[in-house]
Amino acid sequence: MRQHRMIAAILSAVCMGLGQLYNRQWMKGIILTVIGAGSLYFFFNNLGDALWGITTLGEQGNRFEKVDGLTKLVPGDHSINLLIEGLIVLILLALYLIAYYANIKNAYNAGKQRDLGEKPNTMKDTLNYIFEVKFAQSFLTLPAFGILFFTVMPIIFMVMLAFTNYSAPNNLPPAKLVDWVGFETFTSLVALKSWSHTFYGVLTWTLIWAVLATVTTYFGGMLVALLIQQKGIRFKGMWRVILIIPYAIPQLISLLVMRNLFNGQFGPINQYFKYFGLNGLPWLTDPFWAKVTVIVVNMWVGIPVSMLLIMSVLTTIPKDLYEAAEVDGASGYQKFRIITLPMILFSTAPVLITQFAGNINNFNAIFLLTNGNPVVGDYQYAGATDLLVTWLYKLTLDQQRYNMASAVGIIIFLIIASFSIYNYRRSRSFREEDMIQ
Amino acid sequence: MGIKLKNTIRLTFSYLLLVIIAIGCIYPAAWVVLSSFRPGKSLYSKTFIPEAFTLSHYQELFTSNTFMFTTWYANTLKIAVLSMVIGTLLVLLTSYSVSRFRFKGRKNALSTILVLGMFPGFMSMIAIYILLNSLNLLNTHMALIIVYAAGAPLGGTLIMKGFLDTIPRSLDEAAKIDGATNFQIFRKIILPLSKPMITYMGLTLFVGPWVDFIFARLVLRTKENWTLAVGLWDLVNSQQNSNFTLFAAASVLIALPITILFVFLQRLLVDGMTAGASKG
Repeated sequence: MRQHRMIAAILSAVCMGLGQLYNRQWMKGIILTVIGAGSLYFFFNNLGDALWGITTLGEQGNRFEKVDGLTKLVPGDHSINLLIEGLIVLILLALYLIAYYANIKNAYNAGKQRDLGEKPNTMKDTLNYIFEVKFAQSFLTLPAFGILFFTVMPIIFMVMLAFTNYSAPNNLPPAKLVDWVGFETFTSLVALKSWSHTFYGVLTWTLIWAVLATVTTYFGGMLVALLIQQKGIRFKGMWRVILIIPYAIPQLISLLVMRNLFNGQFGPINQYFKYFGLNGLPWLTDPFWAKVTVIVVNMWVGIPVSMLLIMSVLTTIPKDLYEAAEVDGASGYQKFRIITLPMILFSTAPVLITQFAGNINNFNAIFLLTNGNPVVGDYQYAGATDLLVTWLYKLTLDQQRYNMASAVGIIIFLIIASFSIYNYRRSRSFREEDMIQ
Repeated sequence: MGIKLKNTIRLTFSYLLLVIIAIGCIYPAAWVVLSSFRPGKSLYSKTFIPEAFTLSHYQELFTSNTFMFTTWYANTLKIAVLSMVIGTLLVLLTSYSVSRFRFKGRKNALSTILVLGMFPGFMSMIAIYILLNSLNLLNTHMALIIVYAAGAPLGGTLIMKGFLDTIPRSLDEAAKIDGATNFQIFRKIILPLSKPMITYMGLTLFVGPWVDFIFARLVLRTKENWTLAVGLWDLVNSQQNSNFTLFAAASVLIALPITILFVFLQRLLVDGMTAGASKG
């Protein structure tokens, strides 16, 4: 009486769905057979080409050939298309293998039920199982597909690019082929003088920027929040609404406006300087002042966020702490240092790290305001205010140095990911998430 | 007397500081709004408040042949609304699943979401571009909607989950005993209770597409298909100083709806920001 499970499993292993048909689960069997046959047909046609494409990245570029005495351009292999198409086929293959395994397991289990004299699941049972028992997994499937194809697949693709020589001017399909070069891109980024000089320069500024941008907005926000929440300040709501305005205006608008505001020739800021008989400053054209401008403008954009955050923390600090401190004769500054500051720091530390990570990646603040300029002479395609992330953008869209850009991207990712994983793992929501019931 | 005087000095000083900061906050916005009413095209102006007011720049926005304001406004609205609806739904489903159900690989899934969310977006742009190209979706609004909505769970799940975790689970369990299906629990208990967070999520998912220009610029090739952000970016980059007042008028019309929404919904912003962090 043990045959059913083995027969079902073997049949399903031979062809998807056969085992289910054998178990008399007709609907499921038919659906799986159709999916199985369709997939086989697809892989039969594509898998070989995909493997060839992804390993060789094409064998012939565009070339001229004589056809009937006329020279014609014959299109060759497009390395990048081959790479990404191969990647997609491999991902689909992985999904198919998972489904195949599940199909065999399912047939085996249903066969086992029959061996034990039970009726295998009907279609209704199956649907109930999918939508009730395995609700979470079923409903995570659709977003998971989205993430797989629009986030994970592109990431794998970009990581692969870092190991090729895909870059202008010599290896740009369709005219030329791209080859695998191993770690060459990374070595030139850190060791080749022309690249490493830019890389370390931009990296240093990125870190300085991230620290300054985070610290200034955080403490700026704290200052403003404390100012407004003081005893005796009236119209608290009005002040808050006014101070929230910079956050409410879309960054695209406010940063482009700031770019005009700080315009060295026509911008109103320098006009006011002239009004007072001063010369004005080269806000966006001098490397040092451009950096100052970026930080200042970022304060304008970022302080409201910290302000809101810290205000909400302030309301949670118990009043009796302050009363007890007053009884002991503490001064205002002492109350701030011993009660307020530690409480704020304690509850906002995770946000602080998130903001730091966000600032490393703060594309908008730099790109819209200065576009990374002013240009630095001995940098490779980077300016004084370029962050790694805007440099990456320039390398990609303006210079078409895709392999270098991918290498930079991987490095940014490693920096940010280590911060955020550390932060998340030690956060309360991860460790104690089942505390609230 | 000593304490009273000290208090007065402290308050005066605080008010002074607040006024200065408030001016700093409002000034750029006020400057753009006023510039949009100023005759002429130039960035330069002698006075802060224009000597004459005109609506001609706003008129020009709606009649100009090169700056196709109404078309772009409609495009942007369509893309933003659809990505918001689909994206919010996806975020809700994923966060409901990870908040209420315990399954194998769940913690790893959460960590993966966190890490992937940190990846610089346009690193993936070229791959997505080729993918969209092979799906024949380049230069369509559909492509933008799919990509924005598909990306929504990455950015929103952790925040939304943090909020859902605070809804007592005894509510679901009681409903389950009464025979409710997961879908019914989701629709009748979770959705109504998380309205504020849904509003916040919807708002952020609306604003993203409303102002995104990097990806939109890559995908949308023809001018009729552009969004406002792409158009505005083009206006600034092609003729920065020559038509500043038109830029100002367009900025006002793009920023105004979002700004008003944000100011009205400021309470939600705080909840949204803290839900992801301190509350859990």
